[in-house]
Amino acid sequence: MAKVTMTVNGKEHSGEAEGRTLLVDFIRGELGLTGTHVGCDTSQCGACVVHVNGESVKSCSVFAQACDGATVATIEGMQNDDGTLGVLQAAFQEHHGLQCGFCTPGMVMSASELLKVNASPTEEEIREGLKGNICRCTGYHNIVKAVQSAAATMAGAAQAAE
Amino acid sequence: MYAFDLARPADLASAVTSLQTEGAQALSGGQTLIPVLKQRLSQPSVLVDLSGIDSMKGIRRAGEFLIIGGGTTHGTVAGSAEVASAIPAIASLASKIGDPQVRNRGTIGGSVANNDPAACYPSAVIALGATVETNKREIAAEDFFQGLYTTSLEEGEIVTAVKFPIPVAATYQKFEQPASRFSLTSVFLAKMGDGSVRVGVTGAGADGVFRHAGLEAALSADFSAAAVDGVAVDAGMMSNDLHATPEYRAHLVKVMTKRAIAALS
Repeated sequence: MAKVTMTVNGKEHSGEAEGRTLLVDFIRGELGLTGTHVGCDTSQCGACVVHVNGESVKSCSVFAQACDGATVATIEGMQNDDGTLGVLQAAFQEHHGLQCGFCTPGMVMSASELLKVNASPTEEEIREGLKGNICRCTGYHNIVKAVQSAAATMAGAAQAAE
Repeated sequence: MYAFDLARPADLASAVTSLQTEGAQALSGGQTLIPVLKQRLSQPSVLVDLSGIDSMKGIRRAGEFLIIGGGTTHGTVAGSAEVASAIPAIASLASKIGDPQVRNRGTIGGSVANNDPAACYPSAVIALGATVETNKREIAAEDFFQGLYTTSLEEGEIVTAVKFPIPVAATYQKFEQPASRFSLTSVFLAKMGDGSVRVGVTGAGADGVFRHAGLEAALSADFSAAAVDGVAVDAGMMSNDLHATPEYRAHLVKVMTKRAIAALS
């Protein structure tokens, strides 16, 4: 066991992890942040996507000890400061981009990275950006719409701020 | 997973020392190895995480070569202006590996060291005649790949970089297995400075990545789709699984080669 410290959603957290402890198990079990889901546990489905040092990763395929000192963002950090839904989350709700909701945390985290890199993606780029996230309910169309809508909202907000 | 200790060396020398421990194994991006560990197909005593070694990361051009550090992620290669200007086909290849999250972790060193018969990078390494650099020596591509999941790497040897000669033109044509996103059959085709054409094929061969001598000879003489028609591609050397028959893979070798020619014409 080793002590692992990371900054998660802006707050420093410490906990104990074995060499084999996966980041997702550390986040869920040690830190109690259960918004990040374990789907396939084989790095296919993307339900466990979080950001490590600003890049999206499948937290079921990264070791917790390897993230000692890292900055991590999870779905719990996607809401606004006042506790209301963040732009992406609200867009998923508005456009019914989910049914059972199991894949949604990973979808939102992957979409968030996509929009950071590419603020106005085409439909094809959104589908490519979400390639590592599997949804068995929606057929993806409404997820794509939600991401398009969030991109437009963010662009509008950026314009208003100028 | 079986229990193991995770070592996080900050430099190559410490990594080499850690790898001398009995039962030690190197870990790069972990996008293959971690799933393998979960299946208990591997039981290392110490896993030596190479991802903290900065000297193994990065991309640079040195004369007629593009050198990519072994710890450089696929995402970095895909987005690199240096790669895009020197060998855009390598950037394109990297952008087609797995998905964005896999590309943010997986590395070129890990890919070539693992030598998965359906991985993308080995086709570029062999087609361009690249050199695999390790902590001990330089290994020519032809000598490096030794069949399925097998390379000439010795125990504890680390891929520190891959050195690609810059071709006149090259393209990577991937036909992916849609669920795994590995290559079902993909072709890396390169026109070299000496006028030769080289064809690397991944995903298809029963012994892993290979160059196709018949296609190379035909295309070096006549760079056209018609030249491909006259070449025999032997289904007997192709792999067979539930995704594709050897005959289908042999057919795809020619189809993907023609797509490569079209892309460069």
